[in-house]
Amino acid sequence: MSDTTEKPRSFQEIILRLQAYWAAQGCAMMQPYDMEVGAGTFHPATTLRSLGSKPWTAAYVQPSRRPTDGRYGENPNRLQHYYQYQVLIKPSPPNLQDLYLGSLRAIGIDMALHDIRFVEDDWESPTLGAWGLGWEVWCDGMEVSQFTYFQQVGGHDCAPVSGELTYGLERLAMYVLGIDHVMDMPFNDPAAPIPLKYGDVFRQTEEEYSRWNFDVANTDVLLRHFEEAEAECQAILAQEAVDPKTGKRIIMAHPAYDQCIKASHLFNLLDARGVISVTERQAYIGRVRALAKQCADAFVQTNAGGQAA
Amino acid sequence: MPDLLIELFSEEIPARMQTKAAEDLRARLTEALVEAGLTYAGAAAFSTPRRLALTVQGLTGQSPTTREERKGPRVDAPEKAIEGFLRGAGLTREQLEIRDEKKGQVYFATITKPGRPAAEIVAEELDRIIRNFPWPKSMRWGAGSLRWVRPLHSILCILTDEAGEVKVVDLDVDGIRAGNSTEGHRFMGAGRFAVTSFDDYRTKLRRAHVILEAEERAQHIWQEASNQAFASGLELVEDSGLLAEVAGLVEWPVVLMGRIDEAFLGLPPEVLQTSMKEHQKFFSVKNPKTGRIERFVTVANVETADQGATILAGNQKVLAARLSDAKFFWENDLRTVQAQGLEGMGAGLAHVTFHNKLGSQADRIARIAALAREIAPHVGADADLAEQAAKVAKADLQSAMVGEFPELQGLMGRYYAAAAGLPAEVAAACQEHYSPLGPGDAVPSAPVSVAVALADKIDTLTGFWAIDEKPTGSKDPYALRRAALGVDRLVVHGQLSVKLLDVLTGSFNRVGIAISETASQNKQKLGGINISGGAFQVLPEVDGRRVDARAVNLLSFLHDRLKVHLKDDGIRHDVIDACLAMEGNDDLTLLVKRATALADFLKTDDGENLLQGFKRANNILTQAEAKDGVEYSYGADVKFAETDEEKALFAALATAEPAIAIALKSEDFAGAMGAIAALRAPIDAFFTAVQVNAESQVIRRNRLNLLSSIRHICLQAADLTRIEG
Repeated sequence: MSDTTEKPRSFQEIILRLQAYWAAQGCAMMQPYDMEVGAGTFHPATTLRSLGSKPWTAAYVQPSRRPTDGRYGENPNRLQHYYQYQVLIKPSPPNLQDLYLGSLRAIGIDMALHDIRFVEDDWESPTLGAWGLGWEVWCDGMEVSQFTYFQQVGGHDCAPVSGELTYGLERLAMYVLGIDHVMDMPFNDPAAPIPLKYGDVFRQTEEEYSRWNFDVANTDVLLRHFEEAEAECQAILAQEAVDPKTGKRIIMAHPAYDQCIKASHLFNLLDARGVISVTERQAYIGRVRALAKQCADAFVQTNAGGQAA
Repeated sequence: MPDLLIELFSEEIPARMQTKAAEDLRARLTEALVEAGLTYAGAAAFSTPRRLALTVQGLTGQSPTTREERKGPRVDAPEKAIEGFLRGAGLTREQLEIRDEKKGQVYFATITKPGRPAAEIVAEELDRIIRNFPWPKSMRWGAGSLRWVRPLHSILCILTDEAGEVKVVDLDVDGIRAGNSTEGHRFMGAGRFAVTSFDDYRTKLRRAHVILEAEERAQHIWQEASNQAFASGLELVEDSGLLAEVAGLVEWPVVLMGRIDEAFLGLPPEVLQTSMKEHQKFFSVKNPKTGRIERFVTVANVETADQGATILAGNQKVLAARLSDAKFFWENDLRTVQAQGLEGMGAGLAHVTFHNKLGSQADRIARIAALAREIAPHVGADADLAEQAAKVAKADLQSAMVGEFPELQGLMGRYYAAAAGLPAEVAAACQEHYSPLGPGDAVPSAPVSVAVALADKIDTLTGFWAIDEKPTGSKDPYALRRAALGVDRLVVHGQLSVKLLDVLTGSFNRVGIAISETASQNKQKLGGINISGGAFQVLPEVDGRRVDARAVNLLSFLHDRLKVHLKDDGIRHDVIDACLAMEGNDDLTLLVKRATALADFLKTDDGENLLQGFKRANNILTQAEAKDGVEYSYGADVKFAETDEEKALFAALATAEPAIAIALKSEDFAGAMGAIAALRAPIDAFFTAVQVNAESQVIRRNRLNLLSSIRHICLQAADLTRIEG
C-alpha cells in the first residue's frame, strides 16, 4: 500500500477498504453476529474463538448498541447504535502493529502527515471475565482504535494469545472524511444517483431508540427476560454432552453463549432505564460474567475449542 | 576491558513504566555481573517508548579463577561421609589431599573454578533477567510463553574491545537471537542498522530520529514549548509529571502550540487544564496578565512536510469536541445551581448508595453535618456555617461535570457554591474538606473546612469500624488508613484541642442508628432475611468518661497512623509509646506536644543521663518490690537520710515535684522536662555515694521509698519505662 492512496469519499467506502485490506491479509471475512451486542468483542468469532489452541483469523463489521449513549441523534459524536470493525488473529502475528498501520494507510491516512501513537490502555471486560494488554491508538490526538493482546477470556488463560483490533468506525470515518457531525457524514458516494448521509439512514432510529431506551422500555419485562436468559443459559449447559437422539457428543456452547449475550444486552437496557443502583450494578455484572465463564468452560470442551474430536 | 551494550527492543512500553524499567535493568545486570566475579568502570541505562538500553563500560573480559579449600572428614571416617564430601566438592578421592591434624589424618579438597569469559556470563545473566523482569504488568503474545511488558522483538547485545572489535553475545531468548542491530524511529527511521559501540549506537539512533535520553527529550520539550509560549507573550504552565509522561510517549519530540477556541475560554481554568491534560496530554499555556489559559501545547512524535499543520488541526478538533462537552456540563450545572441551589443539585444523593450497610450518601451527609456542628466549637468554626457547608460539600458529586471528570470533585463544588451565592467559607469547605489526601498533601486551616474535613473522615472511620470492615494487612479498600492519617494531621496541624474519644463515641451512636435503619430497610426489601444490626454495647470507662469500646479500638488505629507520621518527623516510636501511656491520650495535640518535648529532652545530655538514672532507680525498686512483696510508696523521710548526697536528692525532689505539676497543668511539657532535668545531678550523685541496700532495714526502706519518689515524679511527665536504651 502506498501513502498516496486516494482519499475515501464515504462511510461505506472506508468499511469496504478495510474489508479488502484484511481479506488480502488472509482474514476470514465474517459477517455481523445476528444479535444485539455492546461491542464487536461479543461476537462468538472473537469471544469463543479466542479460546483454545486452534489458530483463527477473522474480520467483520459488528453493529453495536450502547443504550446509555443515545442522544436522540443530536450529539455530533454519540450514538446508541454504531459500528465497530473487528479483527482477531490467533496466534497474534509478530508484525501485527505493521499490519494495523497498513490498514490505516488503506483508508487514506498518510503516515507522513499524521501523528500515530500507541498509548497504554489495558482492556478489561468485567462482563466477559476478559482482559488484555495493549494500547489505544491515537491519530493526531484522537483515539481511533483499540489494540489488545488477549491474556484471559471467560476466566481462561489465552494460549496462544489472540491479537484484537477494534476500530470505532464512525469516529474514524468522520476524521478521515473531515466531518464534524456524524449525521452529516456521507454514507454512500456523494456522487451516487441517490446520495445518503449517515443522518438519512440513522437519525430517525437514534431518536426512536433513545426514547425507548431511556423512558419506555418495560423494566419488569426486561428484568424477567434477563432472568429467563440466565436460566436458559444454565439449563443448556446442564445438558449431558452426549445427545440422546443422535448419540453424538454435542456440547451446546454457542446456544448457551447466545443467552449470555442476551442477558448482557438486557442488563445494558436496564442500566439505561436507570433502575440499577450502584451496588446492584456489580451484582448484575457478576451474574453475566458467571454465564460467560460457564460458556467458555463449555467451549473449550468442544472441537472448535481445541478438544480432539 | 571491553564495553557492553544491550538494547531490548519491543512494542510501545507504557510511559509510566519506562524509567524504572531502565533502572531495574541496570541494577539487576550490574549486580549479577559483579556477583559472577566481573568488575566494571561505569554503567548507564536509557529508555524510549520502544527500547530499554544499557551501556556498561570497562567490563573485565573474564571472571578470575577462584580456588576454594574445604576441610573434609577424617581418613578413617565412614565411607558414606567421604562419598558425600566428594559429591559436594565434585572431585574424586585421588584429587583429595591428606593432612595430619591433631585428631588424625583428614581429607582436604581444593576446588578450582576456572574464570569464565564475560560474554558467557552476560548471556546467562541477561537471559535470566529478561525472564524475571519486574514489570508491574506483563503479558504473553503469539504462541510463545515469554513474558514482557509488550511483545519483545529484538535484542542487541555486543561487547566491544579496546581495538573496536565487536563481538555479538551468543544469546537466544525464546527464539529471539541477540544481534548487533536495531532500528530507529517507527516512521522516520530507515530500516535496521548495525552498531559497533555505545557512541555509535547513540549517534546512529539520532540520525534515525530517536533521542535516546528521556531527560534530553524532556528538556527539549520544555525548552521548545516555553519558547513558543514566550514568543506569543504567554507562559507555559509547569507540570513535571506530565512532562515526564510525554517524554515517554515520543522518540522524536515535535512541539506544536495550538489555540483554544474563544468559546471555551469562559470555563474554569482547572476544567480546561484537566480536560487537556488527562485526555490529551496537552500542556496548558496561560496569559500571564489575566491568568487565563488561552492555548495548548501538544507534542507529536513525527516531523511532517506541512510543519505539523495537519496534526495540530486534528488535535484542535479533538480538543474542541471535548471542551464542548465540558462547556455543556458547566452551563447545565450552573443552571441547576441557580434554579435549585447547591442542595438541590445534590438531591439525587438520596438515591446513591454509599455502602449497603451504611445507607445512602444523603444519610451520610446528614451524619457529617451533625458531627461538623459538634466539632465546630473545638476548631473555632461557626457551628451554623460548618453544618451548612457539610450539607452541600458533596453536592457536586451529582453535577454533570464531576460525572465526566471525577478528579474535579470538590473544586467544582467550590465554583458551584460561589455561583449559588453561598458564603466564601462554605465554598472553600466544599473543596477543602477532602484534604489532606495523603501524607504530603496540604492540610486545610480555615476553621469551617477543618470541621467538615474532620467530620467527613471520622464518619467514614466509625462507619466502617461499626460494620467491621477494618483494614487488614495490605487490604484497605476504603482507604481508612488515609482517612485516619487525615484526622491526625488535621488535629495536629491545627493544634486543635479535641477529646477524640468523645467525638468518636458520638459518631458511633449516629452510625449505629443508620446501620439498624438500613438493615431494617434491607430486611423489608429482601423479604424477611435477617440482618443483624449493631449489637448492644456496654460502655467502658476511660479517664473517668464513658466511651464506646469501638472508639477505644479506633483511637489506637489513629495512634498507629500518628506514630508512622511522627516517625517521619524523627520522633521515635518508643518516645511516642511513653507518651501514649499517659492519661488524656485522645487529645492528639497534647500527645504530640508531650512527645516532642520528650524527644528533645532525650537528645540532651541531661535527658540521656536522667533516663539512665531513672532506669537504675526503677530497676532497683522493681527488684526490691518483687523480692519483698511490698510496694515502697509510703514516702521517704528526710530524717533517715545519712549522707549529704541523699539529703540533696530529698531537697531536689521537693523542689521538682511542684514545679513539674505546675508546668504540666499549663501543658508546658518543655518546662516539665526542664524541672526533671534538674534531678539529673542529684540522682547521679546519690547513686555514686549511696548504697541503697544498706544494712539497716530502716535506712534501706527509706532509700527504696526515695527511689519510689523519683519514679513517681518522673512518670508524671511520661512513662519513661517504655523508652529503649
